[in-house]
Amino acid sequence: MPTNGVPTRLTQGSGTRGGIGESTLRPDGTLKVTGEFAYSSDMWHEDMLWGHILRSTFAHAEILSIDTGEALATPGVYAVLTYDDLPTDVRHYGLEIRDTPVLAHGKVRHHGEPVAIVAADHPETARRAAAKIKVDYRELPVVTDEATATAPGAVLVHENRDDGHAGHVPHPNIVHRQPIVRGDVGEARRRADVIVEGEYTFGMQDQAFLGPESGLAVPEEDGGVHLYIATQWLHSDLRQIAPVLGLPEDRVRMTLAGVGGAFGGREDLSMQIHACLLALRTGKPVKIVYNRFESFFGHVHRHPARLRYEHGATADGRLTHVRCRIVLDGGAYASASPAVVGNAASLGIGPYVVDDVDIEAVALYTNNPPCGAMRGFGAVQACFAYEAQMDRLAARLGMDPVEFRQLNAMEQGTLLPTGQRVDSPAPVAELLRRVKAMPMPPERQWESSEGADVRQLPGGLSNTTHGEGVVRGVGYAVGIKNVGFSEGFDDYSTARVRMEVVGGEPVATVHTAMAEVGQGGITVHAQIARTELGVARVTIHPADTRVGSAGSTSASRQTYVTGGAVRNACELVRERVLELGRRRFGSYHPAWATAELLLEDGKVVTDGGEVLAGLADVLGEEAVEVEEEWRHRPTEPFDPRTGQGNGHVQYSFAAHRAVVEVDTELGLVKVVELACAQDVGKALNPLSVIGQIQGGTTQGLGMAVMEEILVDSGTAKVRNPSFTDYLIPTILDTPTIPVDLLELADDHAPYGLRGVGEAPTLSSTPAVLAAIRDATGLALDRTPVRPEHLTGTG
Amino acid sequence: MDFLRPASWEEALAAKAEHPAAVPIAGGTDVMVEINFDHRRPEYLMDLNRIRDLEEWEVGADSVRLGASVPYSRIMEHLRAELPGLALAAHTVASPQIRNRGGVGGNLGTASPAGDAHPALLAAGAEVEAESVRGSRRIPIDAFYTGVKRNALAPDELIRAVHIRKADGPQQFSKVGTRNAMVIAVCAFGLALHPETRTVRTGIGSAAPTPVRARAAEEFLDAALEEGGFWDSGKVITPSLAKRFADLCAAACNPIDDVRGTAGYRRHAVGVMARRTLTWTWESYRGARRTTEGAA
Repeated sequence: MPTNGVPTRLTQGSGTRGGIGESTLRPDGTLKVTGEFAYSSDMWHEDMLWGHILRSTFAHAEILSIDTGEALATPGVYAVLTYDDLPTDVRHYGLEIRDTPVLAHGKVRHHGEPVAIVAADHPETARRAAAKIKVDYRELPVVTDEATATAPGAVLVHENRDDGHAGHVPHPNIVHRQPIVRGDVGEARRRADVIVEGEYTFGMQDQAFLGPESGLAVPEEDGGVHLYIATQWLHSDLRQIAPVLGLPEDRVRMTLAGVGGAFGGREDLSMQIHACLLALRTGKPVKIVYNRFESFFGHVHRHPARLRYEHGATADGRLTHVRCRIVLDGGAYASASPAVVGNAASLGIGPYVVDDVDIEAVALYTNNPPCGAMRGFGAVQACFAYEAQMDRLAARLGMDPVEFRQLNAMEQGTLLPTGQRVDSPAPVAELLRRVKAMPMPPERQWESSEGADVRQLPGGLSNTTHGEGVVRGVGYAVGIKNVGFSEGFDDYSTARVRMEVVGGEPVATVHTAMAEVGQGGITVHAQIARTELGVARVTIHPADTRVGSAGSTSASRQTYVTGGAVRNACELVRERVLELGRRRFGSYHPAWATAELLLEDGKVVTDGGEVLAGLADVLGEEAVEVEEEWRHRPTEPFDPRTGQGNGHVQYSFAAHRAVVEVDTELGLVKVVELACAQDVGKALNPLSVIGQIQGGTTQGLGMAVMEEILVDSGTAKVRNPSFTDYLIPTILDTPTIPVDLLELADDHAPYGLRGVGEAPTLSSTPAVLAAIRDATGLALDRTPVRPEHLTGTG
Repeated sequence: MDFLRPASWEEALAAKAEHPAAVPIAGGTDVMVEINFDHRRPEYLMDLNRIRDLEEWEVGADSVRLGASVPYSRIMEHLRAELPGLALAAHTVASPQIRNRGGVGGNLGTASPAGDAHPALLAAGAEVEAESVRGSRRIPIDAFYTGVKRNALAPDELIRAVHIRKADGPQQFSKVGTRNAMVIAVCAFGLALHPETRTVRTGIGSAAPTPVRARAAEEFLDAALEEGGFWDSGKVITPSLAKRFADLCAAACNPIDDVRGTAGYRRHAVGVMARRTLTWTWESYRGARRTTEGAA
């Protein structure tokens, strides 16, 4: 594996086995594959009740009255709560803007909004009781897109806004607007020999994690509550939950329960407050588990988007300017919309050098389902559009699409449209070169002496073609994603590391509040501790709020930030251990006085490899423990008018080549191969890194050819809230995904690493679309592409 | 919800007579989904899994008597020669786990236009063996589907078996879904050549309120093959003939726009599948003919 640019010397150079750079196995892997892993939905408590949520059947309606009498009278029901029963004046929550009611107050703003909650001794009793709650609605008109949301006299989704963005938005139904203006587009436009315009539509994707929202709230003797919960960020939940309950944060204890995937869909609260309210009201443990249907209403989705782009280039293939307008549909509540807008705008032209840009991104308030965080976070929608534009430009110029991209590719030192200089490697052209250089999958793989092998063809075992109408296409795409929280956010993490002797052996314990949602953070933390502390045995303490915040498991940030915090805490522990060693053994060997001592394989050694003492002897009865916060470099907000500012910490780049076979008569697509090249800075665990890249690539494939939440444009109701009709790729839809890892260190990041998880989700979708365009010759300006789009039967 | 567990077929019939609203459940691949989604709360659920002979089949001289609960995986494994169209359709049902549970009786009982078995049954020719305490009868498959998710069963009747004509010629089945496995049909098409009677039968799924045959297309093709002497000569079917057949199949559809696809696409796709399956089956017929002649 290539390791160009990786610092040859690790922090303390430990060669302890199972350290960073090795593909150690996940501790939860076998359990998950064999069905033994306890997910949050598997929890059980003696004497517990089951919570159920009554949700609105309309997308926009006034609530005239709620009658809970019959529900409360149902045998087995312990509590029925509505907005009026909330214990304090804090009755709303939200990630950035507290605009989301815990339970609907006076009106509902989207289909499936929580209206009332029930606790009963059996889930079926709770469900039936909820069905007996009589809600008298008066339907209101809905706004569902930019035209209806900003039309004269449009109903306001939120009246009397007083949030931080209310002052600068052009309309109260716009959550946030971020322009980015640089250079002189008017002048640059005159230099363009070719101008390409395009309008693109990006559908509403769902995170479709397999473990539905679930948790268990247990009332405690001090009047507090302990919530066991599947989430992405315990402390963010805590900050939103405690004030609604009227409890100080130290009386709301939170422990991470087994998380079955997240992808952004667990950044917002779902049933957390509801379970706690019911537990505190009834004095009994309350468990809530959504079913699949409810899960589609229980979390935010990826913003659907309309994107309008104009690109210009000179005849020799240099980009002159980009103008674009990105309209994201945020739905009924703000969730992460403002930050998604910031990402879409600041990364809106992709990984290219363009001096003259005029970008505008907005997120709307509508009565559609709320949208927020999902893997790729605003950068995904933009990538789909700008990569389509790059292909159109290349075609107009008569250039090879890869060479055209390479000609305009950004590199270290490039200025972004925000005026921020890229100060670490940005090997965009190299990634394209690598992905293009991979061998192509053989043609007509379905042909065999026995006739056509339908498994190798579009439609698979559905037996729709034996080769008829099948055309191969190849497409490329590359993207740029920021890593970590941007725009001046204080993005820190906390790690507590303890070292002591257990059973005669030195053991490190790593305690963070990091949510392990499948990304492999717990594996990496153990590797870091082994490398830094030279121990074989590392215990990962369950994540909870008894340690400081780890920040969110999102934005590809955890290995960077919490990994950085763990390394930092390990370094402090190491210093204390060496201090202890000097005190105990310093007089026995002059080397103790040198600075270059290492912890390796359970021993203190000199950098020459001479053993000074065993760690067990150094520690003796003592335990060394450190808890420290750790921060990456600070960022700045974007200027609200010009978008200028050093808003981002780090960037992640991936390139894809998609090879597809399209049944052009039936409009069915088989993705034959999706090759990826990605710069990961330093692969702390190469197996996990490849897993992340293959997973992100597959999620992007789903967005290209099947995944879309359909919302009725007249009623704003969700039409396909099930895995029957919201399709995600099966293993038979998932192609071979060869991965070429490039490791160019970012000197600002721990071990030179680069966040990995999101970048592959960006370029996968446009690469597949480009390949389908190549096969069919169709323009295809929306994703996901459906058979009717490929056959002119829409 | 009361759970009935008859130990024998007779007990099941008696229970169904006593509780006509009872919903029979065998593999549960349809019923349990409806219950889990709360679309259905039957007063009585009647478990047929203790009645083992529902999972048996007999191959007769002209037809196969297929027990209502014979799982799709068995059909794929054991009845590929006798029921090639149904075996191909069985292969497209959901996942291996569901194919191990679900059977044709459930498809018929639910009578969803999207049931994968229907086009194959229509094309092959079949009769549904329905029984109640009043007696047993055989319902021709053409008269079985009476409306969206409705069938010709009386409230006290249960499906015991399906009698499907053994293939006397090539059969094909195609299904369009928007992923390569685990997908409900956007539309589906079954086609069977019957050289013994010199007829062609079709079945269309998910493109009309019920599974339907493309009768005008069948009649056109029967006449054209007869007039052109195709059955005897085994000559290649002309593209214009195949296209006319495909157009008539498309015209037999009465589809809707829904989340799975547009009406226009369904009509179009049925036409494409009709043309392709006709080509495949006819090529297979010609191949078989040449082999027989070569041997003679």
